[in-house]
This record gives sequence, structure tokens and C-alpha cells, in this order.
Amino acid sequence: MNRLWSASRLTYAALAASALLSIFPIYWMFVVASRSSDAMGQVPPPVTPGGNLGANIARLFSNTDAYFLTGLINSAIVAVTVTVSVVFFSTLAGFAFAKLRFRGRNALLLVIIATMMVPTQLGVIPLYLLMTKLNWNDRLPAVIVPALVTGFGVFMMRQYAGQAVSTELIEAARMDGCGTARVYWNVVLPALRPAAAVLGLLTFMTTWNDFLWPYAVLNDPENPTVQLSLRALSDGYYQDMSQVFTGTAIATLPLLLVFVLFGRQIIGGIMEGAVKA
Amino acid sequence: MSVQLDARPPATPAARRTARPGRAFRLSRLDEKYSPYLYIAPFFLLFGVFGAYPLAYTFWVSLHDWDLLGAEHPFVGAENYSRLLADADFWHSVVNTLGIFVISTVPQLLAALWLASLLNRRLRARTTWRMAVLVPNVTSTAAVAIVFGVLFGRQFGMINWLLDLVGVGAIDWKANRFASWVAISAMVDWRWTGYNALIFLAAMQAIPGDLYESSAIDGASRTRQFWSITVPLLKPTIIFAVIVSTIGGLQLFTEPRLFHSGTNPIRGGPLRESQTMTMYMFENAFAPHYNFGYGSAVAWLLFALIAIVAAINVVVLRRLGGTDRPARARRVRKERSR
Repeated sequence: MNRLWSASRLTYAALAASALLSIFPIYWMFVVASRSSDAMGQVPPPVTPGGNLGANIARLFSNTDAYFLTGLINSAIVAVTVTVSVVFFSTLAGFAFAKLRFRGRNALLLVIIATMMVPTQLGVIPLYLLMTKLNWNDRLPAVIVPALVTGFGVFMMRQYAGQAVSTELIEAARMDGCGTARVYWNVVLPALRPAAAVLGLLTFMTTWNDFLWPYAVLNDPENPTVQLSLRALSDGYYQDMSQVFTGTAIATLPLLLVFVLFGRQIIGGIMEGAVKA
Repeated sequence: MSVQLDARPPATPAARRTARPGRAFRLSRLDEKYSPYLYIAPFFLLFGVFGAYPLAYTFWVSLHDWDLLGAEHPFVGAENYSRLLADADFWHSVVNTLGIFVISTVPQLLAALWLASLLNRRLRARTTWRMAVLVPNVTSTAAVAIVFGVLFGRQFGMINWLLDLVGVGAIDWKANRFASWVAISAMVDWRWTGYNALIFLAAMQAIPGDLYESSAIDGASRTRQFWSITVPLLKPTIIFAVIVSTIGGLQLFTEPRLFHSGTNPIRGGPLRESQTMTMYMFENAFAPHYNFGYGSAVAWLLFALIAIVAAINVVVLRRLGGTDRPARARRVRKERSR
């Protein structure tokens, strides 16, 4: 590690400035969320928290346009379901691609990599027509089902399984009479746990954040995800900014919580993925 | 046991047909042969139905006069496309998309490179710094777009207040076309610079240290090392980051959509100052028009644009600062040692 350049004061100053730029908008969101609605017009703009958070939360949850509580519950349902599914199907398929032999394996893996490069967002119009046919418009399956698998997840788990799961251990389990399903459950899944956790965290955050597709397909204002509640708040004619910011702060809070608890793992996952890509 | 192991590899159909003792054995043979397909099937089924099929079907829809209310949707060939190519609002959105893409991606990747070189030093509290630069990436895009919309407010925005402090007049960030591009780019950069910095950092750490040692012996300065060793060796990673930024950046939607509020925010401002192509697709395909055919044509032209820009990026990056740099450094070193 001694090849690394030492960090001068200037390095720390530059990093501190970057960190400040990164954190300030988030911090300020919480500042405005804790103040009364006239904070917006103050000069200079306030940069310290006020004591109005409770009242703002009360107003937010009783806002009859935003359906904020429904939004939170819906987002939790969608994000948790999608996360469990993506982790399950990705570890399963990743195991198959990394450790099992079958005809067409390499070609199919190439297809999976290609899907990561395809802008599927551009398929929203037929997807909308499909949802209309299935009668899923305005209902949660419309945002859950298309997100149940990702090429990224399969590829990530395949890369990790290649190095983390020992082939000897799989052979040994086979000798003991384990079928592939039990090998997956008893040998592969435990070995994949660290990477699967990172995939789960990333999937949860992406799904919680998703905006375009829910915006297209969930048109019933009474059944939004939390991001759609934010849209309703932001587009509202009243523009009560402390209330809007309370909404954005609460919608961001689960993500920040996940990040504070598991930031190290998330960073590790992003950086490992970069080297392998 | 070992006999069984030896018997496994020749899994030809012929071997299977010859009677083998034991039902369990036959079952495990079947399991081994077919279960991999079972394990990868969910991805291909779901992706096929909800990913690949809609994308391909978009093209089919784009060849029809297809809207929400019409009972029939007659085939019209390329009519949607020819109308689109003569549509000033469409071209406006193309220029917006490319403009925002360029003024967000170029500074973003340069800043990420710089930030990565800062993080790639002997630092105290390493993980804390990394988390600090990554935190924008984990926030809610919609929430941040709303916050930036207020920060860039004309009357009470903090940015205009700061500009006023240094003697620059207030800028109408939402109604001035170029200014709105800058504000939206700031939002995109805020979110992605730290993420790309970590990607670059990972690649920097994979560069073998003796390259730096030997060039230091040759008297190369740190700046020289950075441009002659680090950057060329980072090229695959840079290309990867550029491609990902291209695919994401040209589809930009949430940030410009929520930067604007009030009436018709899907237009991206009163005079479509920052309406991106995805927003234009959305405006036509969903509320208020529900013209699926026309919207699908926008989607396919955007798809084509992404492919073209990505290809141009790869070609340009391959040539730029190409492989000749390390080669030249080696040559110089050889000449010196003579």
C-alpha cells in the first residue's frame, strides 16, 4: 500500500468540499422539513433545523391529495417483494451459470449480458397495453411483476458464485446424494450470502426509487407509490414547501437508513462489480 | 463412490439409454441435465414477457395509428415517423436531450476521475469519505429533483441568493433554456459523480504498483504519471462508464419532470425549455394524448439515438489517448536507459 500517494491538507480540503456538496442538499431537505412554511421566503435562507417537524408530519399525513401513508405502504410492499424475488431468482440462475453444465450456457449468458445494455424503459407503451389487457392498471402487480428479475442480478451472482462457491464442496454434497436443489439451498446460497445481501440492498433502493413506470401505470391518485405521492405534493397548487420537504425527507429516510447501516457493503459491492465488468 | 464419479462426465444420450442400475441414479441424472434450465427459466420467461416483447412490440405499434379510444388501429407504415421528423417539438426535445447529456456527462466524468485520484491516497477514515461521496446516489431521485427545483427557484432559491452575494443577477432557471439544462445537469452530476468516482477508484487500485515505481525512477512527475499511466490503463473502465452514462443520460426523465411543477410539467417548462425525448414520448403516449403509435415512434428514434451515440463514444474513446501512450512511455524509457 505504500505506493499510494500521501494525502496532503489540500487533499482533505478538496474531499471535505466534495462531501459538503454531497451532503448539503440532503441536510437542507431536513432543515426545511423541520421549519414552518414561511422558511422559504427568508433571507438569508435558514440552514439550521427548526421545531416544526411534528406539525409538518401531521399536515402531510392528513393531506387529501397525496395519499402519503398509502404511498409508503405500497412502496414497502413493492420494494420488499421485488427484492426477495430478484435475490432468489438471481442466485438460482447465477449458480446454474457458474457451476452447472448445460447446452447453450455461454450463449444464454451472453443474452443476459445483452439485456443489461437494452433500454427497456423504451418498452413502456406495449407494457402499458399489456397491463390493460391483464387488468393490472392502477394495481401493484403492474409495478411488481415486470421487476421480479434483472439481468444485472443474474450476472452479478454468476460472477460471485464463480469464485465464492467451491466446486469440491458441491461435488461432496452430490456424493452425499444431494440433488441440485439441495446443493443450491445448503451449499450455494450460504456461500453467496455477502453478495446476495449487496444485490438485495441495491435492488431495494432502485425499486423504492422507481418513478417512470409507476407514473405511467398507476394513474389512480388514491393508490400511489411514495414517489408518486411526492409528485402529487410537488405539482399541488398550494406549494406548501415545508410540507413537500417533509414528504421528500420521509421518502428518503429508509434509503439513508439502509445506507448508514450497510454503506460499507454497498461500496464494496459497487467497487467489486467495477473491476469485474 | 469413485466409480460413480468417473461415470458422470460422459452424459451422452446413448449412455443414458443403456439401462443403469437404480432409480435414484436415473433421477439424479435427469436432475443434473434439466434442472439448470429450470433455474434460469424464470429470468428468461419474465424478461421475455415484460422486457423483450414490449421493446420489440413498440416498433409494431409505431407503424399504426393507435390511440386509447379508437376501436381500430389501422396500419399506417412509416407515417408516424415522417410526421415526427417534421415535428418541431420533437426536434426541440432531441436538442434538449443531447444538450443536457453533454453538459452533464463531460464534467461529471472528469470530476469523478479527479475525485477518484483524491480517494486513491493514504487517507484517514477511508470508508467515511467514500460514503460521503456516494450518499447522493442512494437518495430518492424524485425527492432530490424537487429539492433542486427549490434550490434553483427564481425568487427564493438558494442558488440565486448565492449568485446575488457575489454580484451576479438572478437567473430564471426554469424559464431560460440553457439555464434549465445547467440546473438539471447539476442534479444529474450531483447524483452520479461519486458513484463513478468509486468505479474509477476500484480500477485504479487494480493497476500494478511497479508501473508507478519504475516511472518514478525515470523521473516522471505525478501529473505525468496520472495522464500517462493511470488514465490509459483506466480506459476500459472509462468506456464502460461512458456507455452506462449514455444509456441512462439519454433516457433522462425523472429529474427534468420533477424539476418543473404547476401546469403541464410534462412539457418541461412553459416553452419546453428542458423537455427530454423520454418526456416527449410520455406526453404523446400517455396523458393527455394517449397516442400510442406516435409515442412508440419517439421511443424507437430514441433507441436509435442511444445506439448511435454509444457507438460514436466507443470509437472516439478508442482513438483518444489511445494505446500509443504507454507504448511511447516505454520507448522513451528504453532510449533513456541506452
